[in-house]
Amino acid sequence: MAKNKMSRRKFLVRGGLGTIGVLAVGTYLFRNPIRRQIAGALNTADTPYMGDTSTPIIWFEITEENKVILHSPKVEMGQGTFTGLAQMAAEELEIDMSQIKVVHAQSISGNMDSFATGGSTSISALWVPLRELAATMREMLLQKAAEKMGVEKSTLTISNGQVSSGRTEMSYAQIAEGVEAWEVPDTPKLKPVSEMKWVGKPVPRVDLADKVFGAPIFGVDATLPNMLYGSVVRSSKIGAVYKGADISKAENMPGVVKIVQEDDFVGVVAKSFTEAENAKNAIEVIWETTKNWQTEDIRSMLEVGQGTPFVIQKAGDVDDFFGEGSLIEASYWSPIGAHAQIEPNGALAHVEKDMATIYMSTQVVKISRDEIAKRLGMDKDQVNLAPTFLGGGFGRRLHTPNGIQAAVLSKAVGRPVKCFFSRKEEFQNDTFRPPTHHVLKAKLDNEGSIEAFEHNVSSGDVAFGSPMVPGIAEPILGADLGAWRGGMVQYGAIPNYQAISWRVQLPFATSWWRSLGLLANTFAIESFMDELAVKARKNPADFRLTHTQKDDRGERLANVIKKVVEVSGYKDEVVNNRAMGFAASTDANTPCAQVVEVSIENNEIKVHKVTCAMDPGLVVNPDQVKAQCEGAIIMGMSASLYEKMEVEDGALTPTIYGPYQMAMMKHAPKEIDIILLQGADSPGAVGEPPLGPIGAAIANAVFRLTGQRIRRMPLQDHLQV
Amino acid sequence: MKIALKVNGEQHSLEIADENTPLLWIVRDLLNLKGTKFGCGKAACGACTLHVDGEAVRSCSYAVKFADGKKVTTIEGLRNEEAPHPVQQAWLEHVVPQCGYCQPGFMMATAALISKNQEPTDEDIDNNIINICRCATYYRMRKAIHRAAELERDRLSLSTKNIENGEE
Repeated sequence: MAKNKMSRRKFLVRGGLGTIGVLAVGTYLFRNPIRRQIAGALNTADTPYMGDTSTPIIWFEITEENKVILHSPKVEMGQGTFTGLAQMAAEELEIDMSQIKVVHAQSISGNMDSFATGGSTSISALWVPLRELAATMREMLLQKAAEKMGVEKSTLTISNGQVSSGRTEMSYAQIAEGVEAWEVPDTPKLKPVSEMKWVGKPVPRVDLADKVFGAPIFGVDATLPNMLYGSVVRSSKIGAVYKGADISKAENMPGVVKIVQEDDFVGVVAKSFTEAENAKNAIEVIWETTKNWQTEDIRSMLEVGQGTPFVIQKAGDVDDFFGEGSLIEASYWSPIGAHAQIEPNGALAHVEKDMATIYMSTQVVKISRDEIAKRLGMDKDQVNLAPTFLGGGFGRRLHTPNGIQAAVLSKAVGRPVKCFFSRKEEFQNDTFRPPTHHVLKAKLDNEGSIEAFEHNVSSGDVAFGSPMVPGIAEPILGADLGAWRGGMVQYGAIPNYQAISWRVQLPFATSWWRSLGLLANTFAIESFMDELAVKARKNPADFRLTHTQKDDRGERLANVIKKVVEVSGYKDEVVNNRAMGFAASTDANTPCAQVVEVSIENNEIKVHKVTCAMDPGLVVNPDQVKAQCEGAIIMGMSASLYEKMEVEDGALTPTIYGPYQMAMMKHAPKEIDIILLQGADSPGAVGEPPLGPIGAAIANAVFRLTGQRIRRMPLQDHLQV
Repeated sequence: MKIALKVNGEQHSLEIADENTPLLWIVRDLLNLKGTKFGCGKAACGACTLHVDGEAVRSCSYAVKFADGKKVTTIEGLRNEEAPHPVQQAWLEHVVPQCGYCQPGFMMATAALISKNQEPTDEDIDNNIINICRCATYYRMRKAIHRAAELERDRLSLSTKNIENGEE
């Protein structure tokens, strides 16, 4: 029985400072990040947590009021992770939900995820480790309680953070008081799901009150005494390289404290945000550009056949079938998408001689910290990255040069500096969802079943070129796992099928956008499946069911399909000028099927009702899982129906909401019905899977309504009226 | 220029160098009320919505000089000391926010709507609530707006009763 005896030298205790700390603020020796294959991490439900789980000391803090503060290495960007984690921890800590508070772990605590917050992995990856940490913490408290009370540990009972032994009772706070060294026991046995009190309950979000009463919790809300405002000049042109600037006009503008010129950028520090913006606009930068890119250039680069192919999935041999006649073939397109999160990217940095502190909204705490330390020439331990609540993530905050820029400006003036993007800069310097082109081929047999099926997806990069996937990993991975997410064929009973990912390197940054390739790939595959069902004269849901394989994955997909048909009362016909559309997808082992009810009013596609059946495995918080489905459905609708960026004369456009059309209140369906099946005994992916089917489901309904098969997103743009 | 503002019931007299500075930055950076958000700076998203004399205003594009001598209410001042505002109560009941960043703007727009119209139809909501939420919480928001209107009706009928009973 190896015991992890921790001596007092190994961590500090904040005793007597108002907080009865079991959370140490010093340095830790127990750092042993688990590194696993990134592709596995992103595409299966077995995603490991890649951070330090060796001791609960860096995860939990007990306050004088007998509350537990959970320091979360995963960030809260709206997905509800803080609430789910609180439920999981409260379960093993034997405390009430009112006794737990969740905050972002700061990098200096050593509690960091080596990967990111993203990929719908936070709850599933922490399901076991967090409960083990909480159970271990509980046992540590019980051990100390036994010592303090002078009784056997086995005689103690716990209720709501109060430990009792017959007549004596001690709160966790009293037990923790004055303790200087803790013994970490072997990992205790976890409570079975059937005995859980909080998991599975629709408890309200833990951040609800802060968000309803306007608390200053976001990156752009951070302030420090003596703070100045910074602004950095960014090019509006694709591929522009900074070659220097004329700052003579800007230097003398009101409020300007300093113009900071670096090798790769120029920025302003001023007394207010507006003064910084005005001075920035007076700087004349020399940019070197190469080509005046247009949308048409991008489109022709993107055609299937132009890029580098990689076979991502293969069963049987499709070539035997595609040689003969009666081949069905179709081509689909999706546009460039913007993240368009409402909180702009920014950071508040305070760089001092031996310490730098950065407050910012980031999905990659460790990468942000490491980049900043490198640029400042400081040790990593001298940079404390303090994550804030994110005003939307969606993948936009996986690249964080904004943190580096704020730090450089702060260092230059020796004071705290807060910087953030203007909205135009957000749109022009986004790391976009790449545009895609899809070529699908299939052959039906005499009974109308699919004999052979092929999906080709050509896409700009998603994972490749990102700081999370080092260049050396690219040849190992072969194809861009972000681009092909959702691009595999999920109907395993088709005897011959293959999927091919074509890599195209575009001249502007493309990257992770909520659900990655799932939105476009499912739009293409599930629209094409609908085309095949129509050709085969089959009900589209039944047509799918004849092609799901007889294994766990196939059964779970079949179950959500059957459920959504049953609950929505799906009919393959037009009733009262409304038609239903069906589609299904499997993302990160979470199958999801949706039925939409659509009409055309004043030449506009109108979605009235969405029924969604999803099986994310065990559901930790049904209300928040439903909230994720509702949001993902409307966000997916927005992207499928309205959103697109164009390339005009070397610049990405438009640069403001409105012209970049998004779903608003008037577009949102008035009825959304979510049915959650729980076909696995541990939690799986939630935040992204329900974005998959919606685009194809709408397009399939429009086909039934109008006879038009729209093969390009955004659908509204391509509706013939 | 000297500007007089009554913000959330508190009187402020501010010396402002540039009278065209958007009200948003006065509220956020001078008065340190961070609940009102910056989203686009062009009145296109509504994250910066607050009330000037009870009217919903997009403060990122509203020069502070126009607010001189007026009453400003932000999300921090929407509730009274005893209770959340009906809009906030409804938002809590329906667990509306996800990331939460745009929500103060939506709640301020809703508060202005139900102060004029205690029985908004779906069409009234579509026409008046024209902010942008990237998490797309619109489905719950619509329910919460109807609920807020209901709470407002209850509040008004209660205060009418109090007046009838001579308690006011």
